[in-house]
Amino acid sequence: MRRIRILIWKELIELRQDPRLFGIVILAPIIQLFALAYAATTDVRNVPIVVADADRSASSRALIARFDASPSFTVSGVVSAANDVDPFLEQSEAWLAIAIPPGYHQRLVSGQPAPVQLLADGSDANSAGVALGYATALIGGYAQELAAPRAAAGSVAVGGYEPRVRVWFNPRLESRDFMIPGIVALLLLVVTTNLSSMGIVREKEVGTLEQLNVTPLTRSQLIVGKLVPYALIGLVDVVLVLTIAVSWFEVPLRGSVWLLFGTTLIYLLTTLGLGLFVSTISATQQQAMMTTTFFFLMPMVLLSGFVFPIENMPAAIQPITYLIPLRYFLVILRSIFLKGVGLETLWPQILALAAWGVGILSLAIMRSSKTSA
Amino acid sequence: MRKVLSVGRKEMRQIARDSRTLMILVFIPAFFLLIYGYALSFDLRNIALAVDDRDRSVESRSLIAAFVNSGYFRLVADVRSSDDLTRLMDRGEARIVLVLPAGLSRDLAAGRTVPVQLLLDGDNANAATTVMNYAQTIVLSESARYRLEAGVPGSLPIVAEPRVWYNPRLESALFLVPGLMGYIIMITAVVSTALSIVREKERGTMEQVRMAPLGALSFVLGKTVPYFVISFVSALGILLVAMLMFGVPMHGSWPLLLGTIALFLVGALGLGLLISSVADSQQVAFQLALLASFLPTLMLSGFIFPIASMPPFLQGVTYVVPARYFLVALRGIVLKGVGLEVIGPQLVALSLYSSVVLLLASARLRRQWS
Repeated sequence: MRRIRILIWKELIELRQDPRLFGIVILAPIIQLFALAYAATTDVRNVPIVVADADRSASSRALIARFDASPSFTVSGVVSAANDVDPFLEQSEAWLAIAIPPGYHQRLVSGQPAPVQLLADGSDANSAGVALGYATALIGGYAQELAAPRAAAGSVAVGGYEPRVRVWFNPRLESRDFMIPGIVALLLLVVTTNLSSMGIVREKEVGTLEQLNVTPLTRSQLIVGKLVPYALIGLVDVVLVLTIAVSWFEVPLRGSVWLLFGTTLIYLLTTLGLGLFVSTISATQQQAMMTTTFFFLMPMVLLSGFVFPIENMPAAIQPITYLIPLRYFLVILRSIFLKGVGLETLWPQILALAAWGVGILSLAIMRSSKTSA
Repeated sequence: MRKVLSVGRKEMRQIARDSRTLMILVFIPAFFLLIYGYALSFDLRNIALAVDDRDRSVESRSLIAAFVNSGYFRLVADVRSSDDLTRLMDRGEARIVLVLPAGLSRDLAAGRTVPVQLLLDGDNANAATTVMNYAQTIVLSESARYRLEAGVPGSLPIVAEPRVWYNPRLESALFLVPGLMGYIIMITAVVSTALSIVREKERGTMEQVRMAPLGALSFVLGKTVPYFVISFVSALGILLVAMLMFGVPMHGSWPLLLGTIALFLVGALGLGLLISSVADSQQVAFQLALLASFLPTLMLSGFIFPIASMPPFLQGVTYVVPARYFLVALRGIVLKGVGLEVIGPQLVALSLYSSVVLLLASARLRRQWS
């Protein structure tokens, strides 16, 4: 125990000697959280649209006014012929073009259905899809309003359905509440894996690992002694970013704070263990950096469900995601924040995460004894 | 020029010695595009649907069938109690629950409008919005169908006819693959150069370089050359995968596309070199490289989150993310087939960015040397 304490002390001294690293490790997650949390919104607001109004009537102007008044859209231009919208879409000045054909007013008045064309820029398929959905819904709602007095006049009672939407957990559908817990998890991953992945290989490169090898320190003591100081830094980061998430961005924290910290600690074990493992299998810091970035960080970001839902992935890829610890932690974090559920629901994820952490740490210990024996 | 080349040759020899690194740099990017391009998608299919059918009539079953037959929904559970419902939602086993009230068929027959409740799991707001739009459309069109069958012209006075340009089937692959290309190229380039200068500082070989009759700028440029060659090769691999495997079209000009890629590479490599000249240890360089490229390229480039929806001050920040310009130019060239007249500003911005980072890196080195 005393040996581990001394090693921890040595690591902390080394960290203090590199003040820039210390500053980056503490400050960078905060700055990034601020920038990324504001960026992470897929909510459609102020989508620029262009209208080709070939009808130029009171009715067509009423429809345009509808779009302009909606917070989702901004009318950035009105042209008179359908072909004139091309440059707007080509230069991405508008995501969506609405073409009102001549005779729109005439058809509306005479009770015929009046078609309105919606042209979307599909090169950003995600935003285009969402914007199209909103535009279709807006026109549908407007049409129903126009239809209501007519139906009353006809006074034929015919049944129908009326959809009533209720959203649980995130009633205003704020994508930020969903993204911020994810960003927190990612920032912790980036900072801690990076710290620990260089931890042992640096000593190898500088040549001080030999000195550590001749001390009576065992392999597992070496790993644990490396782990603890990084875990301490990680914990400081955890407290900082979680505080900002809750107090500044007002992400609702509906579950238990203790469960949140407990599971985050387990998560830190997996990220640090991962870094240490990389450190034991790399010969140089460059190799450690490449391995961490390409084989761990990138798959974690893209395949964990952080932005791309796992259920959208092809069946062949989905099993791979079970190998990614971030996958479990994201479910845990988002559920504790937004759904307020506890151990009784989350135990499978927590168990998987813990198994991962113990597994990778044991691997790191085994590898380190092999490489320097 | 000769000095630049000899620095380049020295660097090349060093890279060739570490075969793991070289392999990663050349082959992994294209391989990753293959995996991620295949894996990632925003297209929602097989949305987990649970049904709470309190009517159990012909009409209620036909409404459920309309959801299942749409191809978007997959029936996962039949809700029997409110405990069932809470459990399903808490565990995220159902994204949407369709609640059909008792007396639905009776009310329909009596000519009343029946409220159909759509209960959504809002935790992933983006997916939930899409699911909501799908579900509402299905309910409304079923309603119209019912009215039509009852002999009433159920059509609404205005009909929206959506049409999509450049990507008619709204395949997210066509928009994600260019984004992924930018992302992977950026990370590969920054990561490859981020350690290249600081490593010499840490090992002490920087002193030798300093003694050589070599300006800081030619040293920095010389460091760029081999990495430029490597990452250009790997970018070509990525391009090949994108076009052959994912059917990314090519509507624009080839020289323009290759020139854009080259400009972007110089900027990204330059950023790596700048980081390397600023950092005192490889560990700091690694941290800085990740912070500067890993998440910002993903989140601030317009790859996933539309820049237009960001708050104004953050839109300002996105101007220093080179992938921002690259993505606009790339999508413009391959998907829209536009030329220099449209993407000129992006290319100017990329050239500016590249020159600034390279000059900053050499200025920084010159200060350290003197």
